[in-house]
Amino acid sequence: MDLSAISPALLFASLMVASTPILLAALGELVAERAGVLNLGVEGMMITGAVAGFAAAHASGSAALGFLGAAAGGAALSALFAVLVLWLRANQVATGLALTLFGLGFAALVGQGYVGLRAPPVPRPEIPLLRDIPVLGPVLFRHDLVVYLALGLVAGVWWFLHRTGAGLRLRAVGENHDAAHALGHDVRRIRLLAVLFGGACAGLGGAYLSLVRVPQWTEGLTAGAGWIALAIVVFASWRPWRLLLGAWLFGGLTVLQLNLQAARVPVPVELLSTAPYLVTILVLVVISSGRGRAALAAPGSLGQPFHASR
Amino acid sequence: MTDALLTIRGLTKTYPGVVANADVSLDVRAASVHALLGENGAGKSTLVKAIYGLVRPDRGTMTLAGRPHAPSSPREARAAGIGMVFQHFSLFEALSVAENVALGMEDPPPLRDLGARIRDVSREYGLPLDPGRPVRDLSAGERQRVEIVRCLLGRPRLLIMDEPTSVLTPQEVAILFATLRQLRAEGVAILYISHKLEEIRALCEEATILRAGRVVATCDPRETPARRMAEMMVGGSLRIPARAAPAPAESPPVLEVEGLSLASPRGGGLRDVSFAVRAGEVLGIGGVAGNGQEELLLALSGERRTAPGAIRLRGEAVGALDPSARRARGLLCAPEERNGHAAAADMTLTENAFLSARVRAGLVRRGFVDWAAARRFAEGVIRAFDVRAPGPEATARQLSGGNLQKFVIGREILQKPDVLVVAQPTWGVDAAAAAAIRQALLDLAAGGAAVVVVSQDLDELMEIADRFAALNEGRLSPARPVAGLSVEEIGLMLGGAHGMEVAHSRHAGAAA
Repeated sequence: MDLSAISPALLFASLMVASTPILLAALGELVAERAGVLNLGVEGMMITGAVAGFAAAHASGSAALGFLGAAAGGAALSALFAVLVLWLRANQVATGLALTLFGLGFAALVGQGYVGLRAPPVPRPEIPLLRDIPVLGPVLFRHDLVVYLALGLVAGVWWFLHRTGAGLRLRAVGENHDAAHALGHDVRRIRLLAVLFGGACAGLGGAYLSLVRVPQWTEGLTAGAGWIALAIVVFASWRPWRLLLGAWLFGGLTVLQLNLQAARVPVPVELLSTAPYLVTILVLVVISSGRGRAALAAPGSLGQPFHASR
Repeated sequence: MTDALLTIRGLTKTYPGVVANADVSLDVRAASVHALLGENGAGKSTLVKAIYGLVRPDRGTMTLAGRPHAPSSPREARAAGIGMVFQHFSLFEALSVAENVALGMEDPPPLRDLGARIRDVSREYGLPLDPGRPVRDLSAGERQRVEIVRCLLGRPRLLIMDEPTSVLTPQEVAILFATLRQLRAEGVAILYISHKLEEIRALCEEATILRAGRVVATCDPRETPARRMAEMMVGGSLRIPARAAPAPAESPPVLEVEGLSLASPRGGGLRDVSFAVRAGEVLGIGGVAGNGQEELLLALSGERRTAPGAIRLRGEAVGALDPSARRARGLLCAPEERNGHAAAADMTLTENAFLSARVRAGLVRRGFVDWAAARRFAEGVIRAFDVRAPGPEATARQLSGGNLQKFVIGREILQKPDVLVVAQPTWGVDAAAAAAIRQALLDLAAGGAAVVVVSQDLDELMEIADRFAALNEGRLSPARPVAGLSVEEIGLMLGGAHGMEVAHSRHAGAAA
């Protein structure tokens, strides 16, 4: 056991990279859930994005086009979900689970031709001066573009939800869809857009795995990242900045787990793998009890089917 | 009529199997309050939804201030100068007052400017509001103010109000009326839907009465007795519940509640509640919802347990018993929410009858459900209480609110309770069904049972209760005999007007 082998700076740097895919997926799910749609198909949309991104990048030789393809792939799968849930009023939980199973199988089928190939490299911006700052440089300024895109997206989603009229309408639809309908807001259209955004973000998160983290296609490479993303949304009580915190915490636990293994710390791997979920349960217990209850604040119409009755 | 602001001619709307509106014609003049009367299902809601753009009529024309009015969405209706205050508040609990107002506007200004405008309008009309507070912290009266202010910011020419007073205390009603009279004086037309005929007589100049989707009469409510209007609504003579002689004062109490306190996760709860009910007596418990009514029902039914001695049935401590054990001993409850609490919406009437009457009606034989007996029991309820249902195999959801309520109350009454506790027995139920339910409760008491009615409808409590107590912020006032109790005294028992002020402006003198 040699804990000195773990460098805090490198740990944080790899934490930011490790947290990016779940941050992207969780951010998309947050927007969908704030609009009142519970999409449990995050895992399926992520892996669809992963294979679509890999295929697009491999065909075009461009990582940027790969991410674009991943977003389109994730959004396409979420469009299927949206039609089933919003227009045909299928049960959201069951449809979401089906979407995950479908996505996993579909991605495995499409990905058969890509096993063993390498992905084109993702551009890293050369940030002069900043990258040479001791400690902070490697931690913050030597990442690829997608890491910064994800951070910008957190700020963007926060600004959109809390500072724009469209964001207010989205929250209103998630809070009470009957009232929003009575006031003349188009519940289904707003929800469709939110679900599509969620799918696109999950797709981006998946592509980050297949193009940056791994970076190649293997079957089942998301390995439950979509479920962690779902847990983070609840952990963050549907707030974008807490979501960032949650993603870092969960990403950090993953990195720490690898580091601890490398340092031969005698902790069972299985226990460390369950840590994110245990933390989620703990946080839920803490914030659901007593005065924290109002802060939990799940969207009022979350998961309920909407029917524009007479 | 030449000075009509809104003219409706021949408006017809049908749904599969139902004619909601048939050839409805109506004129609403500017600077007037026009009442729209009718039983549940008479077509009032469909009509106002058509005016507000939520429903597209099949036929007929609407004219607003001389121009054709055919809104395809509430936005268009609002742009044309129509505002609507909904019966079930269309508010967002988690959002602030200002955000709620912004959602009802076409081009909401930045929230800071909007806050200032909300303050201006609420001061002008005597409806104090803090724009930054989340709606979930507001009382029913304050929530309604949010809706009204939201409408007023759009400077409407026509304001539609759907049952606005059903959740207000008498003082809050007086303040609302002062605001409405001020609006009328400023030239706004108000279309006012209510079941409360005395209110309509005090406020409105014209009334249109709908029955089964058609206009059956128009009248001047100031000159028409309430009873006459009620008869026009139901299309026949109305049976006023007949009361038996008051309960003998010397009989011992059947149900005693002593020092009952109950915490509620959402705040509120019950604080040191005590009362007693004798056989043959109806005790009315009034108060605005959210002051502990729900907790009281849960504590009495046994869904939440208390200290054993806090609730006594014929002297026996039952506070720690579960609902079935209490039912077996004769304490029965009919909760407020029909679908989902009193009845399972997707189960048949037979199944719903079984769920409650299992023990007392002997519907279990050797550990198995006796379906034949359960069906007979359900049929008995349907027959005895005139429940309009296809049969005992209909699901609870298929029944209209009034019919399901008759079934739910009848199901408990036919179990011959010693004590029956009911909440909001006639909530959203039309006049004829309400009269039948009240009569059934009076008959039950006359037969020797103790009855506790928890209701927000003060007229109802005055009609059937022998004694009245008010539940306010979890505390129960001492019960007083209803005979000789004035509306003002009741209002004071209910805790006044929850901080409402009368309008500051020149029309304040018009407050009722």
